[in-house]
Amino acid sequence: MRRYVTRRIGYSLISLFLLSVTIFFFVRVTGDPAVLLVEPGASKADLDAVREQFGLDRPFLIQYGHFMSSLLRGDLGQSFYYRTPVLELYLSRLPNSLLLALAAMGFSLLIGIPSGIMAAVRVGRWWDSVGKVFSLLGLSLPSFAVGLVMILFFSVYLGWLPSSGSGTPLHVIMPAFALGWYFAAAHMRLTRSSMLDVLGSEYVKLARLKGLPESLVITKHALKNALIPVLTLAGINLVIMVNVAVVVETVFAWPGIGRLLYEGISFRDFPVVQAVVILGGSMIVVVNLMVDILYAVIDPRIRLER
Amino acid sequence: MNGSSRAATLTTFPWRLASIRLDGFPIIPAFILAFLGFLAIFANVLAPYDPEIGILGSRFRPPAWQTGGSTEYLLGTDHLGRDVLSRLIFGARVSMVVGFMAVIVAGVIGTVLGIVSGYLGGWVDQVIMRVTDAWLALPALLFAIFLAAIVGPSAMNIVIILGLAYWTRYARVIRGEVLSLKEREFVRLAIVAGCSKRTIMRRHIQPNVLNSAIVLGTLMLGVVIVTEASLSFLGVGVPPPQPAWGLMLADGKKGLMAGYWWLTVLPCACIMFMVLSANLLGDWLRVKLDPQLRQL
Repeated sequence: MRRYVTRRIGYSLISLFLLSVTIFFFVRVTGDPAVLLVEPGASKADLDAVREQFGLDRPFLIQYGHFMSSLLRGDLGQSFYYRTPVLELYLSRLPNSLLLALAAMGFSLLIGIPSGIMAAVRVGRWWDSVGKVFSLLGLSLPSFAVGLVMILFFSVYLGWLPSSGSGTPLHVIMPAFALGWYFAAAHMRLTRSSMLDVLGSEYVKLARLKGLPESLVITKHALKNALIPVLTLAGINLVIMVNVAVVVETVFAWPGIGRLLYEGISFRDFPVVQAVVILGGSMIVVVNLMVDILYAVIDPRIRLER
Repeated sequence: MNGSSRAATLTTFPWRLASIRLDGFPIIPAFILAFLGFLAIFANVLAPYDPEIGILGSRFRPPAWQTGGSTEYLLGTDHLGRDVLSRLIFGARVSMVVGFMAVIVAGVIGTVLGIVSGYLGGWVDQVIMRVTDAWLALPALLFAIFLAAIVGPSAMNIVIILGLAYWTRYARVIRGEVLSLKEREFVRLAIVAGCSKRTIMRRHIQPNVLNSAIVLGTLMLGVVIVTEASLSFLGVGVPPPQPAWGLMLADGKKGLMAGYWWLTVLPCACIMFMVLSANLLGDWLRVKLDPQLRQL
């Protein structure tokens, strides 16, 4: 167990290392980082000052050392536009992103799990086909397209929901739907396949032989086990939702991390862009690590592998 | 010996493709893709107007069948008075070109790394797979946005960025295939015959993994097109005034609250049809070309 955990942590550290190297490397290879670090339209003297201040005239290795040590101290630089530390900005937007992600997750589970169960119980019947069409649509329709069409329908024509902004529960509905849409399809697929696995197992056969009514077999015996992988995926997806909501947040002007990233891009506020990518990537690496370890705790076959 | 090498030749790519039976062929998706491809190739001839130049006097014209619309602009005009139909037609070209090229770039990187990693094994395999894992851990969209924000918008940059963001799946799958291929007799015979590692990888392994690469590519096409549209929508993809569907949606948002639905619904529909068709075709190819790939 200990060996497995150490190895997993090692891999995650490699991931984080590669993440930092990639970011460091691409910024420096694809152009002059000084240009990215000053406000647009800065003078030559300003550029030189920045080069010296950030040590851009020194060798790459030393620069990377500086980059890493300030990262580890939690210093992600200062936003040009807001004139505040980027970390502060990020943390102030995080609650909004979490709220949106939680709402989207609730929605995707509410749709994905029941429809997945129905598809598995009625496998090969018309409900299963409906489910297949739904999951295909979910995977094929980009979230921002769903969002824009929803605005058109519910805000412009019907006038039921506010088209953008935040503050009231009504504001959450459409962005959560648009963001959860894709994940609902993914959760449905997994619920269906996991449910099919469990329904074919011996203990479910036994429960049926005992003469339990089918509804009880499904809800009490099958569902509990079938949901384990679904909920694990949901845990990972929650973190992913926080980090990839940029398009949905832009559509609905939702003041979360994604919106921060979008503003960072539009205002050429480079430290913000860099920080959002670093923090998002690290978050996902850490969650993957936690899930791997959790799985190893639950299932000995995994930790004994190799 | 004869039998096994014949079996090996028969499973190589062109023979395999020629021997597919067409039952269950997704006719409608294939037709839609072919139609979009047709639009993309003949965009210059088919589009009634220049997609990048508008007439400010005729802004926000609705489609022909709505009151206020005329047959002059069949699908209406946008906020700069540009013809929506022409922009959609040229947009098909952008999506197709960027989509296919990105899939090819990703496919080449991923397949080469997968073959090398699987065939050579050892530390090479370890290094390549660790990098692949690390890459997989990063959300592709975030990574693509970051790169696009640094290098600036251009169609060529987007192709490279998408290729860099999506090669990992190829590498993983192809490596798995190579691991079992290299134990097969025809590879052993090639070693005995004195072929170099390079020759074996190029002449014997590579043709056998092309099936999987093509299936994966078709499945990736949808993902890549959605990502391209997202990047363009955010303003880090294809630069304006080029007519990309994602860009049209970003522009269309300006007229959304005024109820100019055609600027939003029509590009959305185009993206949806294209991605849906690519996914359906990919699903079919996956089952047909290689039953072992069903788990993808």
